[in-house]
Amino acid sequence: MLRAEDGSRSARGVVWCSPDAIMTAPYIILALLTLGSAVAAMTLRNLVHCALALAVTFAGLAAFYLQLDAQFAGFAQLLVYVGAVAILVVFAILLTRGSDTPQHPIFSAGSLLGVGIAAVVFAVLAFVIRSSSLAGVQVPFAPDAAIREIGVRQIGDQLMTKYILPLEVVGLLLTAALIGAVIIALREEPKP
Amino acid sequence: MTPLSAYLLLSAFLFSIGLAGALTRRNAILVLIGIELMLNAANLNFIAFWRYGANPQALTGVVFVLFSIGVAAAEAAVGLALIISIYRHYKTTDVNEINAMKG
Repeated sequence: MLRAEDGSRSARGVVWCSPDAIMTAPYIILALLTLGSAVAAMTLRNLVHCALALAVTFAGLAAFYLQLDAQFAGFAQLLVYVGAVAILVVFAILLTRGSDTPQHPIFSAGSLLGVGIAAVVFAVLAFVIRSSSLAGVQVPFAPDAAIREIGVRQIGDQLMTKYILPLEVVGLLLTAALIGAVIIALREEPKP
Repeated sequence: MTPLSAYLLLSAFLFSIGLAGALTRRNAILVLIGIELMLNAANLNFIAFWRYGANPQALTGVVFVLFSIGVAAAEAAVGLALIISIYRHYKTTDVNEINAMKG
């Protein structure tokens, strides 16, 4: 259903035009939401507010995955990041008594330098993207029919055949991380 | 459809926000959140390249993102456990005050 109205939607949804770029309205709305909440997550004073803004950023990214027809990755993003990582961050904030609004400055002394470094990194990345041959790619190389055939079954087939070894390694890594996190966070025994 | 470069620019901006946060915030949890934002920006790039690439049937981008999400979840769990452990020891999560190994 989503695919069927895709063509008409992108034809109707053109709201902003420049010589070399046409962005659709859903893209602009999602981009503003994602970037705005990301900036909020990095600048707000209260840590719990930061964690909630972070959850909005993750949800916006999941919406981008859905927009790009990667349904399984989108829902995995929702489950893992919004469902688990954001809640884990909230727990860590509450366990370290970070929920009170701090009185001292929230940024380090050399914060201007850090922002400058990030701005330079963005400028370099943007220059590279704009000057590469990829900047002219307006539509996907593969036909939409090829994307339409891809579902969870294909991803499962790939995970169970071609990517079986990485899957097992990730399973082992998650087990080790689970045990390691519990051991690290165990209360230290008082010395006798 | 939205051009590929729009997604790449968005991802670059998200990466820069995460980098700025990780470099400037004083709370260790916020530094970890900045790192998560950078990882997510990379994931968006994978998905965008997969969608616009010539051979989406290979599913390389999607599978890579799934593994990346798994590794990032493990990283977040261990990182937050470390921060909680450090908080128990130093009674603070301010990265400027945790300087016992400073030369």
